[in-house]
This record gives sequence, structure tokens and C-alpha cells, in this order.
Amino acid sequence: MLPFRIPIRDWISTAVDYLVSEYAAVFDAFSALVYFLVDNFKDGMMYLHPLALIIVIAAITLKMAGWRVALFAVLGLMLSENIGLWRAFVETLALVLTAELLVMVVGLPLGVFAARNDRFHSIIRPVLDFMQTMPAFVYLIPAVMFFGLGLVPGVVATFVFALPPLIRLTNLGIRQVPKELVEAADAFGATGSQKLFKVQIPVAMPTIMAGVNQSIMLGLSMVVIAAMIGAGGLGEDVLRGIQRLQVGQGFEAGLVVVIMAIILDRITAGLGEQRSTT
Amino acid sequence: MSDIITVRNLYKIFGDKPKVAIKALKEGMSKDDILRKHKQIVGVQDINFSVQEGEIFVLMGLSGSGKSTLQRLINRLHEPTSGEIVIKGTDIVKLNMKDLREFRQKNFCGMVFQNFAILPHRTVLGNVEFGLELQGVDKEERQEKARKIIRLVGLEGNEENYPSQLSGGMQQRVGLARGLAVDADILLMDEAFSALDPLIRRQMQDELLELQSRMKKTILFVTHDLDEAFRLGDRIAIMKDGLIVQMGTAEEIISKPADDYVKTFVEDMDRSAVLTAGTIMLPVKERAFTGDGPRTILRKIRRFGLSGILVTDSKRHLQGYIIAKELAEYVEKNKGKEDLKMDPSLVREALHVDRDMPLNEVINIYQEADYGPIAVVDAGQRLEGVIVRGAIIAALSEGYEVELNDSSEPTESTESRGPSESSKSSESHAPPDASASSRPGD
Ligand SMILES: Nc1ncnc2c1ncn2[C@@H]1O[C@H](COP(=O)(O)OP(=O)(O)OP(=O)(O)O)[C@@H](O)[C@H]1O
Ligand SMILES: [Mg+2]
Repeated sequence: MLPFRIPIRDWISTAVDYLVSEYAAVFDAFSALVYFLVDNFKDGMMYLHPLALIIVIAAITLKMAGWRVALFAVLGLMLSENIGLWRAFVETLALVLTAELLVMVVGLPLGVFAARNDRFHSIIRPVLDFMQTMPAFVYLIPAVMFFGLGLVPGVVATFVFALPPLIRLTNLGIRQVPKELVEAADAFGATGSQKLFKVQIPVAMPTIMAGVNQSIMLGLSMVVIAAMIGAGGLGEDVLRGIQRLQVGQGFEAGLVVVIMAIILDRITAGLGEQRSTT
Repeated sequence: MSDIITVRNLYKIFGDKPKVAIKALKEGMSKDDILRKHKQIVGVQDINFSVQEGEIFVLMGLSGSGKSTLQRLINRLHEPTSGEIVIKGTDIVKLNMKDLREFRQKNFCGMVFQNFAILPHRTVLGNVEFGLELQGVDKEERQEKARKIIRLVGLEGNEENYPSQLSGGMQQRVGLARGLAVDADILLMDEAFSALDPLIRRQMQDELLELQSRMKKTILFVTHDLDEAFRLGDRIAIMKDGLIVQMGTAEEIISKPADDYVKTFVEDMDRSAVLTAGTIMLPVKERAFTGDGPRTILRKIRRFGLSGILVTDSKRHLQGYIIAKELAEYVEKNKGKEDLKMDPSLVREALHVDRDMPLNEVINIYQEADYGPIAVVDAGQRLEGVIVRGAIIAALSEGYEVELNDSSEPTESTESRGPSESSKSSESHAPPDASASSRPGD
């Protein structure tokens, strides 16, 4: 219809190029941070003998989720090791933990701020809604735009994808703290930060923990997808299985992802429940 | 007794045009009309009252009458629209937020809420030490104090339990203990016992009175239950449409309701729970002394046509009751004897009640009695007055203030001695540990 093509791609490239060159230091620093975290998690876990790591994870699971889940964890992890996916397992776990750490560092304060500031809340809410309706896949695009291929964009995409539920549930949890509790604190002469740290956050903890749980689950699903842009780990094995039509290999990797998902889910769900029932 | 809280010309309007609403109120417009015409909600209006130190002051009224609003204004959880709230000489309306926070820490024992408002993530101990923690009291000291208060409210052994493990009544006590633990003297309680079933509620009321007799806090208590108001309150303010329509002691309100609104309240009231033995007793007009001979006593009895007489020692300590007929037979039998001594078996045990006993309990005792009037004694067992059947009936019917005279029940009344003397002596002899519910206004 139009005699020329609208050059969206050129605009975007120009903008991204500009940002990347102008803020190179920021991007570099961020990349370094991500590598630092992932490498440390990974090296730490690889340093241990698989059996030792299995025992550590089983102990945590036992404490947080009971002996049934702990038994499941031991069997599941031993299976993962047996089928030769131990390294991939550790890589994926390191990725998830890194992304989740960043999510908590950013998401908790934002959630708290959203709960205390209606204006900020009304701005961020549609953004979060929008983010959650987007298919996971789409997050790969900006990540790749700014960080190219590899580990860092994988973590970034995971981070962005896993962030909304934590902000949302932190905000919700704090807003749902009964008014009387806050008033009681006021009546005793509590300062703003005393109210926040002694009443609102602890009372909201089960909901915040549900947010942590949800974001870890989303993060894990994203980490698998992020293998498409070279993030590595179990996703890579799944991807390879699909690409080479090696159904069995893909299935094995998928199975290990499921095992990890169940263990992480039970541990973090246990966190929230423990807070609310004791 | 000095005023600890004084409220003057206090208004609270919820809405964006408070000035308009106050102007309309002053022109005599009603709360409903203001809501309809100006879309402003009148929380409270034209409130003036003082609370004395150590007093339990009750705010009472129907739902929506402004009780909670008024209480929340007192510690400025609500910002007043206009007026003064002077607490211990400081007009708290003028304080900035920081000073207000400090003022609250120093002077308020927090607040006790209908739904407890205790922190679910903290143990009983953690909840009770909360106020002290905010004040920055160090851990050892505040825990020691918290444990003491926990014992005081009868929760020992539950220190490490979480609220979800406690019954409603126990949770309520945690809320109360949290308030009492803070070393401040004003305690605000909003419908604090409403969520409890009647039995526990009654028990909590008793406990509050008991604690109050030891801790002497100033308590501002909100309730919509008249029975509770009259049981707890040294003075009561009855509210309607944000106004205080009447203020006074239970007896004043029950005997002279200010208007029809108060009257309808009071009509539903179980009078027998409000009135006490002390309020309906009659002065003792004649009594026998332990040293009196039988003929002297008989003369005293005959002079007033009594059916019996109470015996006391020279310090008014109650010793017993002598039935006229039995004494007369004894004197008749020993007609010839000069210097006849009193036969101790004639002195029977006298039924007696404490002056603070509610009338409904007095009635129970009366029903079991087979002889004599009921003697009313003070905490030191000194005779203060007597209760006769007619007085009980009169007190339960509305016109209890009509004069109670002996002719209604001639067989059981006693005679002589002015009321002024009996009440005066009871005052001067009152021991320092006057009983729990004695009113500071007395
Ligand atoms: N935060 C608020 N915003 C607007 N109006 C309010 C607010 N709080 C109270 N009101 C209004 O003020 C009036 C008095 O309410 P208040 O809560 O003091 O009543 P109450 O006597 O405590 O009643 P209840 O026995 O139901 O607790 C009511 O008309 C109520 O609607
Ligand atoms: Mg109320």
C-alpha cells in the first residue's frame, strides 16, 4: 500500500546500538555480576561429590517438606546422576538460583514500595499484567538485543519473566495485612520502619513466600526455554533431543527438569506454610 | 483525683468539606441531613468530657454512634477536624508526627481490639513484649516484664505458643497483656470483649476489674453492651449520632435517663446486675451490742415492733442476729431471775452480703434465707445497713428511688440511728485495700 517499508528494524537497531555503546560499562558490569553468581553457584555445587550434594539437598528437603519428598529427592537426584545429566542439572540449578536471587533483590523492594505507594502501584500494575500475558518466548528478544547470545541473556530473560509474581504477591501480602495490626503498631507508637519490619513484612511472609515459589517455578520454565539462546544446562539437552529427533534423550532431560521442579516447589511451598502455621 | 484526659469541642467529619458540615451542625442540622445534603459523614460532634486518673470510662451507644471514632481520636489514629484533646497537659492535636509517636509510646498502652489484633507470627511472649520492643527496652528486661504480665493475666505456660494455638479468650488476654506490659497509664479498649461468648466475657470483665484494682490504669472502654458498660464503668458516656447524650455513673443514668434514647437503652437493662447491695440498703436504725442483757435487747425490739435484731460489737463488727420470738420465750421462762445473762445459743448467724454484691446475687441469698433481714457489711465486716424484701422489689421495679419505708415490711425492719452516721463511720474505717470495684469517685 505504501510505496516504502516502515523501517522499524532500523530504528530499533539504532536505539539498541546507541544504548549498548553509550552504557557499555553498565552492561559489562551486569554481565560480570551474572557470570560471577552463576559461576560461583556452579563451582560450589560441582566442587562437592554428587552424593554429598544429594545429601545436602535431601536434608533441606527433609526440613522443609518432610521425609516423603526428601526420599523422592534422593531417588530423583540419583537417577539424574545415573543417566549422565548431573552437570546439566547443576548448571540449570545455578541459573535458576542466580535469576531468583536477582528477582528477590529487585522484586521485594518494588513490591513493598508498590504496597505503600498507591501511585506507583497504579503505574506498575498494568505493566505487570502486560508482562504476564506475554508468552515466555517473547522475553528472549530484548535479552538477545542487549546481551547477544549466551548465559547472560538467558539469566536476564529468566529474571524478567520471573519478576512479576514476586512484586505482585509482595504487594498483595502487605496490603492484606489486617488494618488493625498496623493500627495496633501505630497505637504503640511504632515508626514507619518498625511497622514495616516488625509487622507488615512478617505478617505478609506466607504470601511473599508464595511469590518466591511462583517466581522460581516460572524461572525454571524460562531457563529451559533460554537454552535456545545458548544459556546451556538441561534445556540444551531437551533442545538437542528435539532438533535431532532423539526422543529418548529429550525425554530424559525433561524428566530431570520435572524432578528439579518438584523439589524446588516443595521446598519453597514449605517455607510459606511453615511461617503461617507455627 | 485529677483529670488525665480532657476533650473540648471535638469534631470529626469524614469527607472533603468538613467546614461546611461543622457550620451546618452548628446551625442545628442533623447528621442524616448533612449526609444527604452535603455528603459529609459526621463522626463525632461537640464532644466535651474529662476522664480522671485511674478511672474506667465507658463509651457506649448503638452501632454507628461514633464510639470507635471518638476513641481513635484520643490517640489520633484519626485526625480531629477541630477541637482540643489535652492529655496530661499536652494538646496532642498540635503535636507533629514524631512527637506524637513518642507521646503515644510514653502515655498509651496501645489499644485492645475486638478482633484481638495480635501478631500471628509472634509467640505469646513475642506479642506481649511488642510494645516494649518498640520502645527499645533491651531483650532481657522486656522479656522478664512480659513474663510477669503473662502470669498476671493467667496465661503462664503459654509463653511459647502461637496465637493460632490459643482459644479466643486466651487471645483476648494476650491483647490485654500486650497493653498492660507497657509502662504507660492510658489503655484504650474497643469492643474488646464483644467476640467472646457470654461466660468467658463475664470472666474477662471480672479479671479486668481485678487487674484494674492492682494496676490502676486509666481505661477508655468502648462497648455497645449496656450490661458491660454498667459492670465496668466508673462513669459512662452514652453516644448517639456522634454526640454524647448523657454522662454519669451507672446509678445516675439508670435512675435519671436524660432522654428517650437513653431510656430505651436502660429499659432493656437488667437492673439487678447494676444495682448493688450498697445502693438499696437501708440504714440500721437499732442494733443490739454484744454486752447487752436479754431484757435490754427485748426492750429495743419491742420499741420498734421488730421481728428480730442484729448484734454487733462496739466497733460495728457484725456478730449475729436474734429472733424476737425466741428471745421473748427465753425471758418469759426466766421471769424470776434478776441479772439474767444472755444465752449465746440465741444469737444466730446473721445473713450478710458485701456492699458491692450485685442485686441479682443478693436475691439468690435472700431466697435461701428463713429468718431475718440481710445485713450489708463493708470489706472489714462492719455493719453498714440492711436489706429488706420490700427494698429489693422496689429496686427492681423502675421507681426504686421512691422512698422505701418500713411499713411495707414491718416484721423485718430495724429502727433508729441516722443514715449519716452509718455511712460516715464506714468511710472512716475503710481499710486501705478497699475492694476491687470500689469507685474512685466515691
Ligand atoms: N474511616 C471512616 N471513613 C468514613 N466514615 C467513617 C469512618 N469511620 C467511621 N465512619 C463513620 O462515622 C460514624 C461513626 O462510626 P464509628 O465507627 O465510630 O461507630 P461505632 O459507634 O464505633 O459503631 P460500632 O458499634 O458499629 O463499632 C459512622 O457513621 C461511620 O459510618
Ligand atoms: Mg466501633
